[in-house]
Amino acid sequence: MNRLPITKTPKCYVGGAFIRSESGRVAPLLDAKGQFFANIPQCTKKDLRNAVEAAAKAGPGWAKRTAYNRGQIIYRLAEMIEARSDEMAQAIMLGGAKSAAAEREVAAAVDRLVHYAGWTDKYESLLGSVNSVASPHFNFTVTEPMGIVGILAPQSAPLLGLVSLFAPAITSGNTVVALASTAQPYPSILLGEMLATSDLPGGVVNLLTGQRAELLPTFSTHAHLRALTGVADAVERKALRIGAADSVKRVKLIESETPVDWYEDQHQGLYHLKDLLEFKTTWHPVGA
Amino acid sequence: MPAGNSGNLNRLHTNVGAVDPVGIEERVAKYTTRSIKGKSKLFGLRLAVSMVDLTTLEGKDTPGKVASLCQKAVNPHEGMDVPQVAAVCVYPSMVKHARKALGDSKVRIASVATAFPSGQAPLKTRLAEVRSAVGDGADEIDMVINRGAFLAGDHALVQDEISAVLEACGEARLKVILEVSELETCDNIRAASFLAMRVLRPGDFIKTSTGKTSLNATLGNNQVMLEAIRDFFLETGIPIAMKPAGGIRTAKQALQFLIAVKETLGDEWLNNNRYRFGASALLNDLVRQIQKQTSGAYQAPYSFSEAAESY
Repeated sequence: MNRLPITKTPKCYVGGAFIRSESGRVAPLLDAKGQFFANIPQCTKKDLRNAVEAAAKAGPGWAKRTAYNRGQIIYRLAEMIEARSDEMAQAIMLGGAKSAAAEREVAAAVDRLVHYAGWTDKYESLLGSVNSVASPHFNFTVTEPMGIVGILAPQSAPLLGLVSLFAPAITSGNTVVALASTAQPYPSILLGEMLATSDLPGGVVNLLTGQRAELLPTFSTHAHLRALTGVADAVERKALRIGAADSVKRVKLIESETPVDWYEDQHQGLYHLKDLLEFKTTWHPVGA
Repeated sequence: MPAGNSGNLNRLHTNVGAVDPVGIEERVAKYTTRSIKGKSKLFGLRLAVSMVDLTTLEGKDTPGKVASLCQKAVNPHEGMDVPQVAAVCVYPSMVKHARKALGDSKVRIASVATAFPSGQAPLKTRLAEVRSAVGDGADEIDMVINRGAFLAGDHALVQDEISAVLEACGEARLKVILEVSELETCDNIRAASFLAMRVLRPGDFIKTSTGKTSLNATLGNNQVMLEAIRDFFLETGIPIAMKPAGGIRTAKQALQFLIAVKETLGDEWLNNNRYRFGASALLNDLVRQIQKQTSGAYQAPYSFSEAAESY
């Protein structure tokens, strides 16, 4: 008997809910053979604003979780991806990747999350410090999350690139608004479904899909975004830095002109955490 | 409840006309679909700022907190061209501190009185409170009606009490809080509006709520009261002003309320003599959106409020 096909409507994961763009716009996504696959939401600057509001709402609660609990939750996210790794590999193959390469990317993304899950209760001991001062003070430095981080995912490595960029941000208690690869948005749609079942509070990671050129100006000027990380070309980098200057945003961009090998160890670790932290030094008087 | 008194409520409903709640909800749903952009939006935001009754009504209010509220009322944001708010709204014990902080600025002082928010005190006490607030320099008095008497059908008592407060106010303008969440139905809101309007002077206010109960100003109950004001004006020629209070926190909501005013009562009511917002957090968001409109960049909320939370 013939059954009508039940096809999925891809939606973005924002504030713990699955949304269409407020504009109602979508763009067709074609698979590697040029066949229609699905309509992808084309988010606007208003969707970006709404996502920032959602991230702001989730932020204080996420930052107040114990480091241990944040680690458990990020590990749980890795578990959720691992359990659906075949489906995720298929999503990556839509962009033309061979099956082995896609499986490798999923495995690397899971491993990257496990890596950062381990860091949550350790980075503070390495980045914070007790400082020698020439006065009767106990002087120490602790880290604090910056707040809401804007992330511009690379066009290739649609899963591993995105995960490598947002994982260090949330590890230390930041929240994230990320723009997925414009060319290969589907893995981010699927990732949203996994985030939703990962115990990560809604709003901590918000994933938008859409036209990069339309959204970059708002990413750079939105004063509530405290930092921008991601991959960008020379023209974009210049525009982002100029836009970010007014709100004194921290901007850390990887150059897209040279191919990025996301599997390398240099794309994970303590210094990626440090990039998205503020340092607070306290002078505490002590008896002579 | 004595049978004759519930008859009173029925008679009042017949007298002032009934409200179609479904029609009201349908009407106000349209207001949220209007597209207000660019210059019109900026005009609306600035108008809304000029209509704010900047409010602090908490047990923990101090003279210092009231002074900083007054500072904000006069100059909502440093280095920005924003109008002053209409008034500050405080408890009677804070009126003299507000008077001192405001000096000779044009911002008015509104004081809640009459055993706000419940109104459950002897009339003598309530009137003494009004006189003391006016004596300390309040320009406007926000009173609560006797909801118990209203629901029991003792409408003459409700009106007599409003008249007594009116007399105690002297020159001060009166705002009559209906506390819509305790009136249960749209018909009752309309009936209570009429009861109050029939004893008020031109330019006095009716006000939705105290902000101290779970349900405050909504587009729906605002609409019921605006239509009551319109019908009363067409009947008598007396213009009554309106103040929704509580629950209006965002600039977007404020613009929707202004659309309701414009489309129900017209431009005559689009000024702070005829329409006010009772709010505390709203001003921050209005200023934030004005800054967004003028600079083009979305702003962080913590640049506009005293909240310590930096996220």
